Amino acid sequence: MALPKRIIKETERLLAEPVPGISAVPHEDNLRYFDVEIHGPSQSPYEGEVHFAVRYRWRGIFKLELFLPDDYPMTPPKIRFLTKIFHPNVDKLGRICLDVLKNNWSPALQIRTILLSIQALLGAPNPDDPLAPDVAKSWKENEQAAIATAREWTQKHAVPN
Amino acid sequence: MDSDDDFMSAVSSEDDILPDDSDNDDLSGAEDFDFDDEPDPDLGMSKDIGRKRVAYDISFKVYQPADIQKQQDDLINEVNMILDISKEEAAILLRHFRWNKERLIEDYMDAPPQVLEAAGLAQEPTSLPRLEVKPGFVCDICCEEGPGLASFAIKCGHRYCVDCYRHYLSQKIKEEGEAARIQCPSDGCDLIVDARSLDLLVNPELKERYHELLNRTYVEDKDTLKWCPAPDCQNAIECGVKKKDLDKVVPTVSCLCAHRFCFGCILSDHQPAPCELVKKWLKKCADDSETANWISANTKECPKCNSTIEKNGGCNHMTCRKCKHEFCWMCMGLWSEHGTSWYSCNRFEEKSGTEARDAQAKSRVSLERYLHYYNRYANHEQSARLDKDIYTKTEKKMVQLQKESGMSWIEVQYLNSASQALQTCRQTLMWTYAFAFYLARNNLTEIFEDNQKDLEMAVEGLSEMFEKPVTELADPKLKVEIMDKTSYCNKRRIILLDDTAQNLADGRWTFNVELTGSAPTSGGPSNRR
Repeated sequence: MALPKRIIKETERLLAEPVPGISAVPHEDNLRYFDVEIHGPSQSPYEGEVHFAVRYRWRGIFKLELFLPDDYPMTPPKIRFLTKIFHPNVDKLGRICLDVLKNNWSPALQIRTILLSIQALLGAPNPDDPLAPDVAKSWKENEQAAIATAREWTQKHAVPN
Repeated sequence: MDSDDDFMSAVSSEDDILPDDSDNDDLSGAEDFDFDDEPDPDLGMSKDIGRKRVAYDISFKVYQPADIQKQQDDLINEVNMILDISKEEAAILLRHFRWNKERLIEDYMDAPPQVLEAAGLAQEPTSLPRLEVKPGFVCDICCEEGPGLASFAIKCGHRYCVDCYRHYLSQKIKEEGEAARIQCPSDGCDLIVDARSLDLLVNPELKERYHELLNRTYVEDKDTLKWCPAPDCQNAIECGVKKKDLDKVVPTVSCLCAHRFCFGCILSDHQPAPCELVKKWLKKCADDSETANWISANTKECPKCNSTIEKNGGCNHMTCRKCKHEFCWMCMGLWSEHGTSWYSCNRFEEKSGTEARDAQAKSRVSLERYLHYYNRYANHEQSARLDKDIYTKTEKKMVQLQKESGMSWIEVQYLNSASQALQTCRQTLMWTYAFAFYLARNNLTEIFEDNQKDLEMAVEGLSEMFEKPVTELADPKLKVEIMDKTSYCNKRRIILLDDTAQNLADGRWTFNVELTGSAPTSGGPSNRR
């Protein structure tokens, strides 16, 4: 099946004008399948290790996979975290609870806008609408401890190799 | 056409004992339907019948798909005329207000812009939806462009090509089952795609599905309407009984498809037990609480490894099969401590032993009480099923009987009514046991149990006659007996239901469980048998 013009245009633009802190590269053998990397937003526990002199010693980089189903853009893309992450709206399989990926999807949205939404979700976890109940619970009971765990996990799993 | 408040009287009244001949004479039109939702279980007098309605009966009305459509159309037309807006907009507004016409008109008069916005309507004057070809247009969804590319937009102006729009709508309707709230495809735009725009874009098959879904929201939006839960039945039932009245009435309704169900909880007919008891009972029967009860009544645990042990014979010297722990079944103490008094535990009369025995006895009594009611409940449930099987055979019997005895079709109908009566009565009997399980003991309960006994005896009698072979059935004497018994059963059932419903409405029953609402709960668990 020929690739729809919409996907070609979106891919072109993603590669030509990438969003800061986000990269999405399609596989050569399957142009509907993207390798995604999202930088943990600053001021968040996913940011990485901040060092005063150089600002960063290293940065939290999260890998995701993104797939555009056949009826994209009528249905939302399928996205999943590959990097382990301690976040109330991401479960242990990496699935994401985000309204625009489900019932608030609009065909006018794009890969670019969705990835920005996910980055924003990292900056603003929402424990009131949890996908991982245990994580959300610890987030609500002791936010400081939860943030510390999230930072620890980032250090453990989201380090660039 | 706007006649009101006579739907209350249009009821399927006392002839619902035989569900198959339920009346459809009051179905003539939907126009005599009153949209005020007044709480009115109508337990008193009925205007047109003019005599006391039995207490367990409640007024309801069956609507077929065409009636439902007509009701919506009438409302839409009315709002369309009063507010001077298009029919499509009127429909969207009505759905937004859950078909409460009065509130819609009131709110709209106060502040039209706010109401329109909240409902997802634009404020610009209405123009007919149409496809346009705009020079330089690029579709944001498929990225197609070029001369002659037809595009469409609703009033918000978010324009997409026709193919994408079509695709989007069919996705919403087919995959998501959405109809009343299909919004503009643009992200964050709340404007609703109206029916006329939709009709312009999609194929007839999808259009039909769309209107079917819209009809559905009409019934689902209104508290006084519910779908008949029978398979393949498309009718809806209207009944004014409110949720808060459910501890006072058991609103049983019967659809044109002959399915009888409770309007309160959609389960099939469970008179005389109120919905909440039914829920409790079903949960009790379904969950493991009774298994646990049995275990506590019949087993003990090994004092060392806590394995559950059922003693099925032998002496009191127990050796746990798992951990080889040796102990006395009576006092649960170490066997070695028994010294020389082997095989007769002299610690039996000690306080701890007495307490343990009491706890066991109590657990046994409540288990036996539950089993008493459950066995009878389950028995009637099963018998009703068997009677149904017999009925299918009866149909053959009826044909055979016509051949052998020369009776006409109408003359063998008595078997049909006997079978119907059997099933209805058994259904009632079944629930009387669940009901009785929760009843505290008092005089009312005695009366109830007498009624229950009478009905049960009558039903069993009828059931026995009903099973006779065809050769005997042909006997005119037996025929008369069956007919008598049938009507006797039906009468006993009415008496029982009438009595329970009346007491329920007056709040006279005492239950041994807490019933939310105003039902009295005094007397409580001390009255258990």
